[in-house]
Amino acid sequence: MTEPLLQVRDLITAFDTDAGLVRAVDQVNFDIARGKTLGIVGESGCGKSVTAMSIVRLLPQPSGKILQGEVNFKGRDLTKLKPEQIRKVRGNEIGVIFQEPMTALNPVHRIGKQLAECFMIHKNMSKRDAWHAGVEMLKLVKIPAPELRAGDYPHQLSGGMRQRVVIAMALALRPDLVIADEPTTALDVTVQAQILDLMKRLQAEMGMSLMLITHDLGVIAETCDEVVVMYAGRVVERAPVKELFARPLHAYTRGLLASIPRMETERKTVLPVIPGMVASLKDLVPGCRFCQRLDRQISRLLRERPPFIQVSPGHWVEACPSCYASTEV
Amino acid sequence: MSPILSVRDLKVHFPVSGGIFHRQVGSVRAVDGVSFDIAPGETLGLVGESGCGKSTLGKAIVRLNDANEGSIHFKDRDITRLGRGAMRPLRKELQMIFQDPVESLNARHSVREIIEEPLLIHGMSSSGQRRKRVDELLEKVGLQSAAADRYPFEFSGGQRQRIGIARAIALNPKLIVCDEAVSALDVSVQSQVLNLLLELQSDLKLSYLFIAHNLAVVKHISDRVAVMYLGKIVEMADADAIYHRPKHAYTKALLSAIPEPDPTLEKKRILLEGDVPSPIDPPKGSAFGHRISHPRYEETIGADLSLREIEPRHWVAADPCCLEAADWERISKMVA
Repeated sequence: MTEPLLQVRDLITAFDTDAGLVRAVDQVNFDIARGKTLGIVGESGCGKSVTAMSIVRLLPQPSGKILQGEVNFKGRDLTKLKPEQIRKVRGNEIGVIFQEPMTALNPVHRIGKQLAECFMIHKNMSKRDAWHAGVEMLKLVKIPAPELRAGDYPHQLSGGMRQRVVIAMALALRPDLVIADEPTTALDVTVQAQILDLMKRLQAEMGMSLMLITHDLGVIAETCDEVVVMYAGRVVERAPVKELFARPLHAYTRGLLASIPRMETERKTVLPVIPGMVASLKDLVPGCRFCQRLDRQISRLLRERPPFIQVSPGHWVEACPSCYASTEV
Repeated sequence: MSPILSVRDLKVHFPVSGGIFHRQVGSVRAVDGVSFDIAPGETLGLVGESGCGKSTLGKAIVRLNDANEGSIHFKDRDITRLGRGAMRPLRKELQMIFQDPVESLNARHSVREIIEEPLLIHGMSSSGQRRKRVDELLEKVGLQSAAADRYPFEFSGGQRQRIGIARAIALNPKLIVCDEAVSALDVSVQSQVLNLLLELQSDLKLSYLFIAHNLAVVKHISDRVAVMYLGKIVEMADADAIYHRPKHAYTKALLSAIPEPDPTLEKKRILLEGDVPSPIDPPKGSAFGHRISHPRYEETIGADLSLREIEPRHWVAADPCCLEAADWERISKMVA
């Protein structure tokens, strides 16, 4: 088997808070294969965005720190790179797309200029060539009348168009990996369908890998090859997408899949719920955090971290005797 | 049974000013001729994309926006032009739950003060009685009575939404407008709140106008569903009929765009081009026909595109651009 493009190993990221150092990401492991899409799913505060920010080293400073672990990308450990080196990796080799396109675009510059800058800085193109390359990118993401639109400011575009511009910027330098953090969450369903379709098409054309962070299991099912389920800073399950939906092994994954209303769910019936709620990051136990949520008072489970085991090829689960065994019915 | 809410030809337009003298240069036709009824104990789901006017419609019904034309009858009483004073006694029975529980709860008031406020305004003067009622309400929405003395920021999103719901049901309302009430919540919390809304409905015989963009959620909670596009309802029917036998092309596109949590499903997706047109300068004919550049668009200019009952309880816009040939034939006979 070929070497994966990205390997995250035992990553721990923590934030300095009034309550001391809290671990938002607590020993996370996963790989992304070349040309494939990995989905990271979980609820707010589970550490999915912090994982992404750790990979590209865009953690809020000075409070965010990578305490431990490796991020191996094309033979280098990104956690060890100097700031100027990681800056070159971002954009050139890893593109990043955020949820809210306005935070990624500069409101006072024309979008054509912002795109051209990528090419001028990273590819040493002349102003003219860079502008043309930018217009080409707008054409690629299917913005109508790209020559005219390049002269627009971000506020003149709709939300869907802005997200297309951000995608164009992330893809401009043909990166090997694109990290998209909730890229369609702020968009309407019909626009979301356009954007997901666009991303899939461009991925197939360019052969890049995609790391897609979302809370929407529908988006995961439609776009990903492999899925990582995160809960309270940890990966509780990891599997190929069809395997995960067909045979979810961890109680949390099962609860998550059961609680979404689907088209075929009978109307006005009681939906299954996951009782309790996620403990605050500073109160998390060292052991199984889902047991903590369910108020299982078995001290051993709360004290010792369950092992992360491979159950079948590519299907990993955090094997807490309660959360994993309870699924073996 | 007479409907609890009856809306007829409702229009809500907002002025747009421009130029150096800030004169009115146009208007946003946010809600542009909408009619529907809600029966006692019924949930009408309202779906559509951002900017289609669904929130404006919700606000107009609880009289947070003024209507320009048309009428709103609540319990057989015309409330379209009631002033604040005349509206006050009716507010008890007509409540709203908002999307963002952080912004809709006063951060400087304790939970008790937040839930007590409507009781106080509507004349429950005994503090003992109010205390008892607040405890009752908290229990009803699944919070402990100890929560009463804490402040909104101490709660998670789902719990804050429960506080908003407790406040909304404090005065025994008949109708609650839920505007994206579960959209900001995580999936596992969303199902808890949906269950709560359903439980309260059967306990208290509530009616809901449930506004949301998530169609699976709307289908789950609604008896009937109305689909809105650019200020108008284009299709309205029983929830199962809308989802299994949609008639309007926009409804079909909307349904096909939902990502389904099933990776084995091979879906045929209707990909729409472009965005929703601007409600400032809407197309003269069929708004959706214009978006998809339908060859029969010209015919719809000046035509009556209002809703017709194509099947019992199933209403759809009489729009040749958006219906299949057989459906259009049936409709055109009704039009003629």
